[in-house]
Amino acid sequence: MLHQVLFIIFGLICVGGAINLLVQRHPINSALSLVVVMGALSLIYLLLGAEFVAAVQVIVYAGAVMVLFVFVIMLLNAGAEERSRGSHVALWIGGPGVVVLAGMIVYLMFRNDKHFTPVTIGSFPAQPDNTHSLADLLFKKFLLPFEITSVLILIAIMGAVVLARRES
Amino acid sequence: MNQPALNLWIIPVLPLVGAAINGLFGRRFKNSMVSAVALLFTAASLAYAVWVALQWWGHTEPYVQSLGDWISAGGFHAPFGFYLDRLSTVMMLIVTGVGFLIHVYSVGYMAHEGGYYRFFSYLNLFMFFMLTLVLANNYLLMFVGWEGVGLASYLLIGFFFHKDSAADAGKKAFIVNRIGDFGFLLGMFLLIGMFGSLNFEAVFGPLKTYSPELHWGILTATALLLMVGATGKSAQVPLYVWLPDAMEGPTPVSALIHAATMVTAGVYMIARSSPIFSRAPHALEIVALVGAITAIFAATMGMAQTDIKRVLAYSTISQLGYMFLACGVAAYAAGIFHLMTHAFFKALLFLGAGSVIHAVGGEQDMRRMGGLRKLIPVTFWVMTVATFAIAGFPPLSGFFSKDEILWRTYLNSPVLWFIGVVTALLTSFYMFRLWFMTFFGDLRLGEVDIGEEAHKADAPVQAQHAPAAHSHGHGAEEHGHSGVHESPWIMLAPLVILAILSVVGGWVGIPAALGGSSHFEHFLAPAIQAPLTAEAGEATARLELTFAGISVAAALIGFFFAWLLYYKRPELPDRITARIHGIYLLVLHKYHIDEGYDQLFVKPLLALSTYVFWRGVDQEIIDGTVNGAASASQQLGRGLRQMQSGNIRSYAAWVAAGGAAVIVYMIWLGVGK
Amino acid sequence: MVPLSWYLVLSAVLFCLGVSAFLLKRNIITIFMSIELMLNAVNLSFVAFANQFHNLDGQVFVFFVMVVAAAEAAVGLAIIIAVFRTRETLNVDRVNLLKL
Repeated sequence: MLHQVLFIIFGLICVGGAINLLVQRHPINSALSLVVVMGALSLIYLLLGAEFVAAVQVIVYAGAVMVLFVFVIMLLNAGAEERSRGSHVALWIGGPGVVVLAGMIVYLMFRNDKHFTPVTIGSFPAQPDNTHSLADLLFKKFLLPFEITSVLILIAIMGAVVLARRES
Repeated sequence: MNQPALNLWIIPVLPLVGAAINGLFGRRFKNSMVSAVALLFTAASLAYAVWVALQWWGHTEPYVQSLGDWISAGGFHAPFGFYLDRLSTVMMLIVTGVGFLIHVYSVGYMAHEGGYYRFFSYLNLFMFFMLTLVLANNYLLMFVGWEGVGLASYLLIGFFFHKDSAADAGKKAFIVNRIGDFGFLLGMFLLIGMFGSLNFEAVFGPLKTYSPELHWGILTATALLLMVGATGKSAQVPLYVWLPDAMEGPTPVSALIHAATMVTAGVYMIARSSPIFSRAPHALEIVALVGAITAIFAATMGMAQTDIKRVLAYSTISQLGYMFLACGVAAYAAGIFHLMTHAFFKALLFLGAGSVIHAVGGEQDMRRMGGLRKLIPVTFWVMTVATFAIAGFPPLSGFFSKDEILWRTYLNSPVLWFIGVVTALLTSFYMFRLWFMTFFGDLRLGEVDIGEEAHKADAPVQAQHAPAAHSHGHGAEEHGHSGVHESPWIMLAPLVILAILSVVGGWVGIPAALGGSSHFEHFLAPAIQAPLTAEAGEATARLELTFAGISVAAALIGFFFAWLLYYKRPELPDRITARIHGIYLLVLHKYHIDEGYDQLFVKPLLALSTYVFWRGVDQEIIDGTVNGAASASQQLGRGLRQMQSGNIRSYAAWVAAGGAAVIVYMIWLGVGK
Repeated sequence: MVPLSWYLVLSAVLFCLGVSAFLLKRNIITIFMSIELMLNAVNLSFVAFANQFHNLDGQVFVFFVMVVAAAEAAVGLAIIIAVFRTRETLNVDRVNLLKL
């Protein structure tokens, strides 16, 4: 019962934030509503028993990536969106595409619901706790991807520096 | 069997070698070298042919030599095979003999022409194909020769190819021949259908068991189709129109191809196919009818012509009609007999005409000749022999062969006999007309002003010696009387030989009624399956003599009228033609047949080709398809390019749509079911 | 007791909202943010399935997605800055130099 209430609340917050992102004209409003979405998602992760991921979500996503976005918005002094002539294709092909996509996935999920066991809080206890097991996996089984992603970040840093540099 | 190895293939191949040498290398040879090569190979072929003939003389069964299969498809085999029986012996000797004589003549006649090597190369090539035709042992190889002589004819008629009239005449000959060849091909297909093979032995063998087909059945159809082929090649009605135009070629060509050999191929083919024709009486009737109609029709046209070669051309058509008539009444041997004698005197006539033309410096219009008898005596005498021979005066060869045909025709159908006699009369008339106009009277070179109308209508064959005059006698005046000279001995010698043959050539076929023993017919009997003339009883012999007398009388009447109109009272022809002006013009214009064909066949075909096939199919459909494919690709490209708009949001939309499509597809595939 | 499909549907809805924002918005930065939203939706899916199958590999993958998203955001924003310097606009319709 509690689980369901919690899920519905945070789910609604998520969706609301996303819709707000869509609706708002000024990018800073969109960025802030995205932060809200991420926060709510983090809480949903907690409901699913992924504590470490929830924490990382807040720290990295909401705390670093979104801050980066806000910085850039402020740096570029982006104003409210103007009305400009857009692409008709986007509307006429993309719209139905999205609708179809959503419809299909929703239909599928509900159809296959019987194959899945419902989620309960605390149904996924990791031994001895989530962080421990995750670390175990990360540094043993997924060591190579881990190292590669660190290289990836390095490259991204260098790329960002180079691209954003002012030509002198 | 103790057959001597005769190697018949040598006979056609020798001229082919000559043709190849002259054709490939002749351009660099001197004229003497070219003629030496050509004469050498032809003479060698003749010599070998004579030797072969002597070897096989006494045999009645054919000598067959097969050199392996040419076509072997399923059950059908067509070999490179040669067939020597009495019929092909006769033909082979005629072709090589007369051919050689004409080669000799040509050395002198063509001495001043350009393209000397080309001429002899083509002439040898013709010999090769003609010999293949007569020596083949199956219809298909005969057809190769058949087509080949058509090709050689085209090449030689159009020898002076820079002249439009000659080129057109060559094309006309070939195309009209093709029409006949189509019939021949269909006939061959029917033969394959019936007998599974085109070998003579494979066809004629089983045919022995067939009884004559009295209804219009498949044998009749085959025979008629073969006849169509012969009609084209042997210039019968309605496919004769090419032969008068073929006079554009050099005179030796007219002599060899359009008198002695190629045009006789049709007659030979019918004689060879006698087993088929003898069992298809309806077809035979039609053959006889066509022959008779052709004979008299051409004779009427020959009466009005003023070009010496044109007269001889129509005469050839007419005589070929006689040969057809002979075959049509199942007197195949008589037809071949006339073929042989005709080869002699017609070749002589043409070569003699060539000598005349050469003497008067290129003039071919008889109205401008005359009185040449004193100036070119040798030519005069040989032409006299030939003219009397063709008119049918005994004891020259033409009398015996023509009389044999007329007699046998009478036994079959008196009506056709009557047509034949009238034709004989006309033949005599126009031939003596030619004789009188050319050799008697006063020399009219450069004097006669030809009336506009007649000039336009007749359009005499262009003078073949380029520098010679045709335009109203300017150049001829330069020649004058002193310019008329006899031909060199190299041209006269063959004429003399042919004249001798024209005299004695008929003596091998004197029928019993006239004191001989029909050597020729008996000689050919094993090769031609046809009923022999019944041994003459007393009554029939007398009847035959009577008819012989009638033939001679017809010839004499013709001579008399020619003498009257062209020697005694030369002003009469003009008065007569003025009286019957309409008919005269009709005949002069060859009954407008050429124009009729043009309207009926040529123009519609041309329109069909232009508007339907060229504009419609080729330009619209085929080009349209190709160009349409190209422009369709362009349009497609242009349309697809719209996707690359440079607009990021539309890219995003496409990505989204694509993603949706992929997911839908995967769901449809059953992923995640 | 929340059925798993609810989580998955939530993920799907978030994803589709992200796609719509991607198509409809004109500001480049907003479009980038919608990409982040899509990635988050996918993360939610992964975590849900990790819970379902009692397999932590899903969460590890979430980890990696986050890393990649961060790197991508950094580089992407750098590009936007570079573009802004030349085009003086953040309107994606104006960035159409590739248009013929």
